[in-house]
Amino acid sequence: MNAVNHMGFIVASYAAAVAVVGALVAWVTFDYRAQRQRLADLEMRGVTRRSTPARSERAIEQAKEKA
Amino acid sequence: MAIADLANPTRFLKFANRTIPWLSGLTVLVFAYGIDQAMLAPDDYQQGATVKIMFLHVPSAWLGMLGWGVMSIAALGTLVWRHPLADVAAKAAAPIGAAFTLLCLVTGSLWGRPEWGTYWVWDARLTSELVLLLLYLGVIALWRTVEDPSRAARAAAILTLVGAIDLPIIKFSVDWWNTLHQGSSVFRVGGSTIDTSILVPLFIMAAAFTLLFFTLHLAAMRNEILRRRVRTLRLMQASAVS
Repeated sequence: MNAVNHMGFIVASYAAAVAVVGALVAWVTFDYRAQRQRLADLEMRGVTRRSTPARSERAIEQAKEKA
Repeated sequence: MAIADLANPTRFLKFANRTIPWLSGLTVLVFAYGIDQAMLAPDDYQQGATVKIMFLHVPSAWLGMLGWGVMSIAALGTLVWRHPLADVAAKAAAPIGAAFTLLCLVTGSLWGRPEWGTYWVWDARLTSELVLLLLYLGVIALWRTVEDPSRAARAAAILTLVGAIDLPIIKFSVDWWNTLHQGSSVFRVGGSTIDTSILVPLFIMAAAFTLLFFTLHLAAMRNEILRRRVRTLRLMQASAVS
């Protein structure tokens, strides 16, 4: 069997593998960055997992507005 | 750290943050060695150089099935113990398993053209593998459709366990039906029919793909835990505003 005749199929297979694995790595990496960014944005706004301070701040703001 | 401790999402995140860089490095090293050995492997006496496609096709087929196996175990965790980390594991594994199944179908098609004279034939092995890809897409769609993660997890778990019946069908399809796809040649009674010079690089590539799968799975689980934290915080924010 002539290897040169079939080189296109071999190269296409390895290119497909690089594309699929690259897409998976990119998905995981960019998704991680996006989630970290969203968490950081929320924390900057005072929304944390124990977000009592956030509610208190809002309550203070509302009280100031009423006053 | 005991394995039971990892059931706690916060501890799991710490474990993932520590483990992912090491696993990534090890994956790259094993891939480099595996590809080197695959390229140095001799051509097959019948298939010639196209046997090099096997080093991608066979591991991706195994990992497509492994992905559904992981999801099935996680589905039991969801339905029996109702553990949120089981939901996370199942959801994170689906796109990775789907990608490997797609790669298996694409490389199989590219291998089939020079060997069989066709890219596709509706034989039992190819069709059952395509069914696996469709099942993956169905589970991913289900996760995206149902907004409440715990409800989505239960629905996806049931579909996963029902879909697990496809795994033995894929494995034994070449024995149960007359297929164009060749019979088992690696794990079979009486030993492998593949020469050691090709079998060893195949196992190294399989190890590399398996490491890649678990590295990606760990990273995707970490992302999913963070995504759930974002969702919880947004719900808390919304309830504080209203």
